[in-house]
Amino acid sequence: MDLIETIEKEQIRKDLPEFRAGDTVKVHYRVIEGSRERTQVFQGIVIQRRGGGLKETFTVRKISFGIGVEKTFPLHSPMIAKIEVVSRGRVRRSKLYYLRKRVGKATRVKERR
Amino acid sequence: MRGILGKKLGMTQIFKENKAVPVTVVEAGPCVVTQVKTKEKDGYSAIQIGFDEIKEKHLNAPLKGHFARAKVSQKKYLAEVTIAEGEDYKVGQVLTVDIFSEGERIDVTGISKGKGFAGVMKRWGFKGGPASHGSRFHRAPGSIGACADPSRVFKGKKMPGHMGNERVTVQNLEVAKVDPDQNLLLLRGSIPGAVGSLVMIKESVKAKGKSAKRGKHA
Repeated sequence: MDLIETIEKEQIRKDLPEFRAGDTVKVHYRVIEGSRERTQVFQGIVIQRRGGGLKETFTVRKISFGIGVEKTFPLHSPMIAKIEVVSRGRVRRSKLYYLRKRVGKATRVKERR
Repeated sequence: MRGILGKKLGMTQIFKENKAVPVTVVEAGPCVVTQVKTKEKDGYSAIQIGFDEIKEKHLNAPLKGHFARAKVSQKKYLAEVTIAEGEDYKVGQVLTVDIFSEGERIDVTGISKGKGFAGVMKRWGFKGGPASHGSRFHRAPGSIGACADPSRVFKGKKMPGHMGNERVTVQNLEVAKVDPDQNLLLLRGSIPGAVGSLVMIKESVKAKGKSAKRGKHA
């Protein structure tokens, strides 16, 4: 498997900050419309990170106009311009699926220091 | 026709033009031409290529002689690739992955993973019956024919039996990347066989025109 790892290594990004489930992040995502390119920002709580190596993905959840929206990004995608960590959350599990059932105040995540 | 032998290493994904592309990694070649068959001498024209080194003690005398005559080192696998007129190969010539280019279409042949004795649902995709609600018909094949007429089961009827471990060819796969330094080919999509199994990669017989040679992205 080491040859596969070396293939993946070429494209693995080292410029991204360290973050984990529970953190609030801003994902600057490049959007290409025809020949124009702009950056879209998606801010929310990271509810999961899954997969390993180049195949790793993470899911960000936010409430947009009262409706829960989740977006899953490939972590090493060249379409991600930047990831900003807004705040770090203290959570007790790696997958925060329980947030989907909660509304309002109950969706808050304690800050980690 | 160009062809090369290789070993399946496994699957991963790469980003190409900002898109994630699923690829199978194959360690292909370097292969050596061990024999050139000609129409006059053998009745058809082809080249025999050898892949993967092996110790001399694992070979029998006829094979040792075969390699000695070609003046090449001992190889584990031998395979033939038919060649058209005008294609010129010499014994001892080395074929590497750079006979293929990125974006080109290729066919891959290998031995599929053995599934053992499989029922009709797995082997032929039969629907099966309900699992519950008092049903007593679960994964069985059901009726296999009519009555007194024709009073036999038709040939080729899909029935349970041995599945897998057979020669399978996947056609028209795209070469996602070529790495001549490490003898690697990255092929878009999956190919037959388990990790570590031998595969034969040939130029596509079906791809036509532009995509055959260069691929739509090139």
